[in-house]
Amino acid sequence: MTARSVSAFASGRGLSIRLLTVLLVLAVVLLFCASLLVGPAALGLGESLSALFAGKGGPVVLVMQEIRLPRAILGLLIGAALGLSGAAMQGFLRNPLAEPGLIGVSGSAALGAVLALQTGLAAAFALALPLAALAGAGLSAALILILAGPGGGALALILAGVAISALAGAATSLVLNLSPNPFAAAEIVYWMMGSLADRSFTHVWLAAPLILAGMVALMTLGRGLDALSLGEDAAASMGLRPGRMRLVLILGTAAAVGASVAVAGAIGFVGLVVPHILRPLVGARPSRLLPLSALGGAAVLLAADVAVRLIAPDRDLKLGVLTALIGAPFFLHLIWTMRRAEA
Amino acid sequence: MSMGAISGNPLLQLQDLTVLRGSRRVVDGVSLTIGPGEFVGLIGPNGAGKTSLMRAALGLLPHQGGSNLAQMTPGVRARAAAFLPQGREIAWALSVADLVALGRTPWGRSGAADAAVSNALARMGLTDFAARRATELSGGEQARVLIARALAQDTPLLIADEPGAGLDPEAQIRMMTVFADLAAEGRSVLASVHDLGLAARHCTRLVMLHQGRLVADGPPAQVLEPGLLARVFGIEAHIADGTDGLIFQPLRVIR
Amino acid sequence: MRPAAPWRFARWGLGITAVALAVAVAQGAAADPLPTRPSGAQMPSRVVSINLCTDQLAMMLAAPGAGAKPGQLISVSTLASDPMSSSMAAEAAAYPANRGSAEQVFMMNPDLVLAGTFTSRATVDLLRRLGVRVVEIAPVTSLQGVSDQIRQVAAALGRFEAGEALVARFEADLAALAPPSDSQASRLRAALYYPNGYTIGKGTLSDDILARTGFINIATELGRAGGGNLAMELLVMAGPDLVVTSKPYPGASRSEALLRHPALAQLGAQDGQAALLATSDADWICGTPHVLRAVAEMRAAHQRAIAGPAAPMQSLP
Repeated sequence: MTARSVSAFASGRGLSIRLLTVLLVLAVVLLFCASLLVGPAALGLGESLSALFAGKGGPVVLVMQEIRLPRAILGLLIGAALGLSGAAMQGFLRNPLAEPGLIGVSGSAALGAVLALQTGLAAAFALALPLAALAGAGLSAALILILAGPGGGALALILAGVAISALAGAATSLVLNLSPNPFAAAEIVYWMMGSLADRSFTHVWLAAPLILAGMVALMTLGRGLDALSLGEDAAASMGLRPGRMRLVLILGTAAAVGASVAVAGAIGFVGLVVPHILRPLVGARPSRLLPLSALGGAAVLLAADVAVRLIAPDRDLKLGVLTALIGAPFFLHLIWTMRRAEA
Repeated sequence: MSMGAISGNPLLQLQDLTVLRGSRRVVDGVSLTIGPGEFVGLIGPNGAGKTSLMRAALGLLPHQGGSNLAQMTPGVRARAAAFLPQGREIAWALSVADLVALGRTPWGRSGAADAAVSNALARMGLTDFAARRATELSGGEQARVLIARALAQDTPLLIADEPGAGLDPEAQIRMMTVFADLAAEGRSVLASVHDLGLAARHCTRLVMLHQGRLVADGPPAQVLEPGLLARVFGIEAHIADGTDGLIFQPLRVIR
Repeated sequence: MRPAAPWRFARWGLGITAVALAVAVAQGAAADPLPTRPSGAQMPSRVVSINLCTDQLAMMLAAPGAGAKPGQLISVSTLASDPMSSSMAAEAAAYPANRGSAEQVFMMNPDLVLAGTFTSRATVDLLRRLGVRVVEIAPVTSLQGVSDQIRQVAAALGRFEAGEALVARFEADLAALAPPSDSQASRLRAALYYPNGYTIGKGTLSDDILARTGFINIATELGRAGGGNLAMELLVMAGPDLVVTSKPYPGASRSEALLRHPALAQLGAQDGQAALLATSDADWICGTPHVLRAVAEMRAAHQRAIAGPAAPMQSLP
C-alpha cells in the first residue's frame, strides 16, 4: 500500500466522523428543543417558541424564559461537561471505567457544595458554591490519580473510587443531617442523584463560566491523550509533559464537574456510557473522542431530563436514577469484557 | 572507545550518568557518546541497569551527571530522539495507521496520511495491517507496530528498550536489519538486546553494562570476549568469524 | 437551643412542611368517635401528648389556671416548643418535652397518651400493648372542625367545662372575622406554595382558611385535593393574585431555595397584583383557636389586595 492509499483510507474514515459529528449536533439541537417543549404546562408549539423570544409578557413567556430555558441550557452544559470529563479521565488513566461519578469526584463535589450551603458561605458570596464544589472535585481527582495513577489498573481505580465515594457520601449525609434546616436532610438523594428541576438563570450564571473554562482546559488535552495511549514514557518521549497534563486534567475536571454538581447534584454514568459507545466509532482516538463525548453527553443528559419529565411529571424523578438504570448495565458489561481480556 | 567514529555533533552524550534507587546505584557513572551512523547494542544481564540508563538519558528518570537529551525541552528532545519503552502499552483499539501516526506528534501533525507514517509501516512490513486494530494483533505484530511508531518519529536517534522481545526469528532479523539500515543512512540506534547472537551480527558497536557500570564499549568482536562474558554473563560461548560476520552461540553456564 | 425541626420529619416520616403535613394527610382519615363522657374518677391524672396539635389543645385545656387539677399534663412533644411549628412555643417551655418514642413515653408512667392519627403506628401499638390508654386525634380539615377537635381532646382529658368554654370563645371569635361578600371573594386567587413546590388543595384546613377569607385556592381550582406537588410552571400559568408561602428555616435547603426562583419574583412584577406573602406556618398547622390568627391575617391581606393598585377592578354594583 502506498502513502496515497493510506491517506485515502484515513480520509475515508474522516468522512464518517464528520457525519457522526453532524448527527450528534443534530441530536443535541433536537433534544434541546424537546427540553424546551416538554413540561407540565401544556403549551402550544408556536406559542412557546414565540414566547422564548418575546420581551416582557405573560405567564407563557415566564415559563419559557425563566423555567424551561435555564433548565435546557444547564442540561446541555452539564451533559457536555460530564461526557467530556469522562472521556478525558479515561484517556489519561487509560481505563474505560474512569468516570467522575463512579470514582467519587462528583460525590466529593457535592460534599463541597453542601458544605458551602450549610456553613452559609454560599449565602455570603454566591461563587462560593461552585468554588467549594470545585475544590471538592479537585481534591478527590488528585487523590484518585495518586492512588490509582495512570496505568494503575481497573482494580486500584475502582477500589479507590469506592472508598472516596463512600467517604464523600457519608460526609454529605452527615452535614445535611446536622443541618438546622429540616428539608436539608431530605435532600441527600438530590445531591447523590442529581436533578435539573426548577433551576433558574441564577444557576446558569453561577455554573456556566466554570463549566466552560473547565471544558476548554480539557479540550487542550486531546493530542497528549493520544500519545498517552502508548504509555507515559512513550508520551513523554514524544514531547508531552504528563505531569502538566495531570494538573490540567485535575483542574479542568474539577471546574467542569464541580460547577455542574454545585447546581444539579451528582449525576453518574454519563461520562462512562457516552465515551464507551462513541469510542469504536472514532477509531478509539482519545483526541477525537473528547469533542464527540461532549456532544454525546449533552444529548444523553438532555434526553434523560426530558424522560424524567415524561415518566413522572409530578414527582421530580432524579436524573441519576435514569442514567444509572441505563449506565450500570454498561458498567457491568465493561467489567465483564475487561475481565475476559485480562484472562 | 570508538570516539574516532564520531563526526559532527554527538546524538547522545552521557557524562558520568548516575541513577540512584534508594542508596543503590542502578546506573553508576556511565559516560557514553553516540554519533551519527551507529547501531549501538546495549547488552548486559538482567538488572544491569540498561532500562534505567536509557530512561535517565532521555530525562525520564531523576539522575545525576549529564545527558544532552535530558537537558533539552521535551519538545526539542522529541525531535532529537525517539524512544521505544519496554512496556508495550496500547491502551485503546487504535488502527495501526493511527497508532503509527502518533509518532508524528512532535512534528505538530499526526495524520495517518504522512509520508513518514507510510514509510515506517513499509519498513516494518505493516502496510497491509494499516486498517487493522492494533489491539487485535498478536504480541509480535504489536511489537512491530510500536517500532514503526518510533520510526515514524523520524529522529536522528532511536532509543529502543528490548525491541526484539517476543518477535519471531524472521521479525527479529528484519528489525535488526531495519536498525542497521537506519545507521547506514546516517541515523543512530541505541537498543538494548538480550540476544547476543543478533547483537554480534547486526550492531556496529556494543556497550556492555554490569551492575550499573559500563564495562566494555567497542566493536562486537572486541566486547564479546570470553573473560567479560564469563564475568558479566556467567556463560561460555562459541565465537567465530563467519563469512557473513561475527557468529555468536552461547554454550553453557559456568557459575 | 437548636429547634427540633428535623425531628418532626423523622417522626412523621415525611419531608414536607409541617403546614402541608397536618392538613394534607387529613384526606379520608377517620377521626376517633367522640368518647363517651367519663365519670370524674376516670379523669386522667398523668397525660402525655406526643403530637404537635394535641400538645397545644392539651396545654389550653389543662392549664393549671381555671381550676384545673395541677400537673395533669406532664409532657408535650419537643415540637411544641419549636416556634416554626408551634403557636404556643413559649407555653410549652414549662412542660418536660418528649421525643415521642414509646420507651420514653412509657417511662413517664402516663394514664393517657394523646397522639395524632399519623403518629407512628409502631409507637401507638406498643404503648397500647403496654397497657397505656392512647387517644388518637385526626387532623382538622376545616375551621368548623376545630370545635369538634376541642371537644374531643377536652373529653379525653375529662375537662368538659373548659372545652365548652374554649369552643364558645373560638366560635365567637370566628364569627367576628366575617367572610367578605361573595362578589369580592370571587375575584382574588391565591396559591399556597411551600418548599419543594408543595401545595395544598381541597378538603384541608388551609383551603378552608383561604375560602373563608375571600380567596380561591389555585390548587383547588386545578382539582387538587389534599397536599401534593405543584410544578412551578403550573403555578406561573395559573397566575395567582397572591402566593402564600412559609418562612425559611435556618440553614440552607434546595427545597426552600425554590421559593426564591426568579419566575416567582417576576410573577409579582408582571401585573402588579401578585405579591409574595410569608406567613407564619405555626398558626396554619393545627386546628386550635390559634388558627384564627391565620384567618385574621389572610382577611387583612385580602382587604389590602382589593384596596391596592388594582382599584378600578373592585367597583362593586
